[in-house]
Amino acid sequence: MKGWQQFWRQLSLFGLLALALTGCGKDELSTLKPSGPVAAMQYDLMKLSSAIMIGVFIVVMLIFTYVLIRYRKRPGQQGIPKQVEGNHALEILWTVIPFLLLIVMAVPTVTTGFELHKSYSKEEALQVKVTAHQFWWEFEYPDLGVSTAQDLVIPVGKKVQFTVTSADVMHAFWIPALGGKIDTNPGQENKIWLQADKTGTFYGKCAELCGASHALMDFKVEVMDQAAFDSWTNGMKGIQSAEPAVATSASAAQGQEIFNKSCLGCHAVAGKGGKMGPNLTNFADRERVAGILAHTPENVAEWLKDPQKVKPGNNMPNLNLDDTQVKALVDYLQTLSVK
Amino acid sequence: MSAHASHAPKRSGLWDWLTTVDHKKIAILYLIAGGIFFLAGGFEALLIRLQLMYPESSVVGAKTFNELITMHGTTMIFLAAMPIIFALMNAVVPLQIGARDVAFPFVNSLGFWLFFFGGVLLNTSWFLGGAPDAGWTSYTTLALNQFSGHGVDFYVLGLQIAGLGTLIGGINFLVTIINMRAPGMTFMRMPMFTWASFVTSGLILFAFPAITVGLVLLMFDRLFGGNFFNPDAGGNVVIWEHIFWIFGHPEVYILILPAFGVISEVISTFARKRLFGYSSMVFATALIGFLGFMVWAHHMFTTGLGAIANTLFGLATMLIAVPTGIKIFNWLLTMWGGQIRFTTANLWAVGFIPTFTIGGMTGVMLAIPPADYQYHDSYFVVAHFHYVIVGGLVFGLFSGLYYWWPKMFGKLLNETLGKWNFWTFFIGFHLTFFPQHFLGLMGMPRRVFTYLKDQNLDLGNFISTIGAFGMTIGTILFVVNIFVTAASSKRAPADPWDGRSLEWAIPSPPPEYNFAQTPLVRGLDAFWIEKVAGNKGMTPAEPLGDIHMPSPSFLPFLMSVGLFIAGYGFMYHNYVVVVIGLLVTFACMFTRSVKDDPGYHIHEDEIEEKGVKA
Ligand code: HEM
Ligand SMILES: [Cu+2]
Repeated sequence: MKGWQQFWRQLSLFGLLALALTGCGKDELSTLKPSGPVAAMQYDLMKLSSAIMIGVFIVVMLIFTYVLIRYRKRPGQQGIPKQVEGNHALEILWTVIPFLLLIVMAVPTVTTGFELHKSYSKEEALQVKVTAHQFWWEFEYPDLGVSTAQDLVIPVGKKVQFTVTSADVMHAFWIPALGGKIDTNPGQENKIWLQADKTGTFYGKCAELCGASHALMDFKVEVMDQAAFDSWTNGMKGIQSAEPAVATSASAAQGQEIFNKSCLGCHAVAGKGGKMGPNLTNFADRERVAGILAHTPENVAEWLKDPQKVKPGNNMPNLNLDDTQVKALVDYLQTLSVK
Repeated sequence: MSAHASHAPKRSGLWDWLTTVDHKKIAILYLIAGGIFFLAGGFEALLIRLQLMYPESSVVGAKTFNELITMHGTTMIFLAAMPIIFALMNAVVPLQIGARDVAFPFVNSLGFWLFFFGGVLLNTSWFLGGAPDAGWTSYTTLALNQFSGHGVDFYVLGLQIAGLGTLIGGINFLVTIINMRAPGMTFMRMPMFTWASFVTSGLILFAFPAITVGLVLLMFDRLFGGNFFNPDAGGNVVIWEHIFWIFGHPEVYILILPAFGVISEVISTFARKRLFGYSSMVFATALIGFLGFMVWAHHMFTTGLGAIANTLFGLATMLIAVPTGIKIFNWLLTMWGGQIRFTTANLWAVGFIPTFTIGGMTGVMLAIPPADYQYHDSYFVVAHFHYVIVGGLVFGLFSGLYYWWPKMFGKLLNETLGKWNFWTFFIGFHLTFFPQHFLGLMGMPRRVFTYLKDQNLDLGNFISTIGAFGMTIGTILFVVNIFVTAASSKRAPADPWDGRSLEWAIPSPPPEYNFAQTPLVRGLDAFWIEKVAGNKGMTPAEPLGDIHMPSPSFLPFLMSVGLFIAGYGFMYHNYVVVVIGLLVTFACMFTRSVKDDPGYHIHEDEIEEKGVKA
């Protein structure tokens, strides 16, 4: 039958499609390329369940194909097929087998489930408090007295215990390559632990619809070795306890002036300023501008000129800056580094 | 008896449609309205996919995109899928149980008009300052005034009105199936579609009150400054999730069970075999219905309910795979040893099996909470629920429409166009949604209006959009088919498919009164039994006599218009309009209560003899 040719052609197309797509997940993002124990445990469960399910599917498809080819009506066929009521043995068989398969999946489901819900004290794990905002992320290290935004910095090979909440609407905290997500509920706190086994930069996402720029609510996870992490912490602490550094170039100094006048109400630098917007203390070290744009002076300028254009619906107003003011601010912001 | 009017009130054209209480005409109304909303929802889907065809594109803006996904989801679930199910139930269930009518014809019409005006109200939001944009789930606090626009008010009020219609429709079918079965039609002789409709109606009875309560609470928060869901004032955001999913999870079973029913009918008819394992099918249907209520929290694994709750809800969810698996194997064994004819109706049914199996498989995978922390709210979920809802329900609806079209309209849909319709839609569907599993696993969250270039998400999204064009072509071919069929003059015979259940024993389309004489049912597949025994038709269970019919009425339409008007009053805080609207509704209710309306009779000699003969 013509329909069947089409069907098989399509099925093989899927096979290719599947291979092509799996091949090219991005290391820093894909759940299929786990880079830590939590993601690895979850990946194991995903593999186990999909293997069992694909097995079931193959059985179904074998019977299906056989039946459709063998029992299609042939020209000139006479008589009425035998009217079968059922078959208890068979019906019991396909009740019991799925049960057994489910048990195979249920056991690791239970053990992994409890494993992932453990909560670690500050002796066992680095504590990080995550607060989600429309449309940016705030990270606080209560035991280190440090806080940052957009870029989460963690040491490699060490458990991190996150306590997450939201300042406005519901969001969800998700770093696919390190492990599954947890919702950030306003007015409540949730816990999740993760660990990275590789240094590098991983991509984090907001996974719960949270308004116009939900799609752009990305963040980055910088995984460093312990020494680099310690020096980062010291850098952050050093700056936060000191007076804001005095800008070096003339343009940067002018930028600092504008910043102190127009921006400090919302953004903190070196321990001074508001908490409405992301803390900019280590802005120059960031991986991305606004979580999404490549960190170039042009992109910083683009953001400053019209934040709504980059991230529709976000809470930063357009400050109506002219080009020299923007240039000055960009120069100043480039000096904000702890590295 | 003697006081009853004895003439059918003469009504024609539009007036006839606005006042009809005939379940077969109400079926057509549901089909037209649901069909139009389906096209609207499909158009929204196409815009969504166009926006996502390439990374960082700007076909529609961020806010419009959120409105599109919200309206697409809401429209497809509440205004397209549910009504088309009600269309099939209205067209078929009374016939399958050998009844002359539904239990409450007036309520049936009221149910339709409430749904219709609720849907219209919701969609006028596009022209009145923007559609709802908080997702079809309307999670708080995003759905509260501080964070979303006026559109959510349309969602809250439109769905309350439409939901009332669904609730009373469900109650009507429960009563109809319990009370109106022909002699001999025991529960265990009911066709599977009727069984599925019965369980679905039961689910509606318990699930819809939950969403109604939720919507009322949300309405208080939004319109009258309540604080049920506002955490700043002691409200709780997770409660909304529970209420929503206590409704929302059974809802997906409300959608899928009738599709199972259709598939059972179509497969057994076109294999010319009785359904394999009928009693286990009934049992599985009821069990799925029951479990459907027990597992709502599997939508909330990442909400932070804790390990124990998550594990229990996960295991309970996996259990649903068992009755669902029973069904799949029973369908396969129904075809085993049969004589399978690949009509368009059967192509949809056969195409349903692998597609729905994939949806079921990913369902089991989602039921493993630790793994779901990765899948949840990603494109994997979008793929899963479209495999179930489109690959299950929509395939089932198409199958049912091709199958029962002759019964509803007296004409057979064109088979050639039908096959083109099937193949374009089928291939388009898999191209659209299969890659989305991988997009999700590769880290793409759902409900995103764009994705960045450097994330390897481009290819999957591109293929997915191409597939959406395929489905669009398929849908257009179906519409073309409807017009081609309507223009053709060929009439369908009473029993075009060599059918098995009672609806095929009467002319296509059936006369107003369905069965001239109530048939006597002697077993499962009642009509087939008679045919095999060499009988021309059903044996009547009563002598030919006058038939009592309910009068048409304009009140259901007016009542719904009243609520429609009041809805706007609430939204714009104009209480004069609220009062006017509610007065219209209450006046109709009052009229209905005090006016004596005994219906009318169709006389024995007016009954067309081509019906069932003694
Ligand atoms: C033309 C075929 C369809 C296409 C191309 C399509 C595509 C989509 C897309 C791209 C989304 C947004 C996913 C996201 O970002 O979250 C979506 C959401 C959704 N679709 Fe469809 N869809 C189609 C048909 C249907 C049908 C027939 C139904 C139900 C009967 C349906 C139910 C839903 C629901 C409930 C949502 C979730 C909306 C939300 O997240 O608020 N879709 N669809
Ligand atoms: Cu968010």
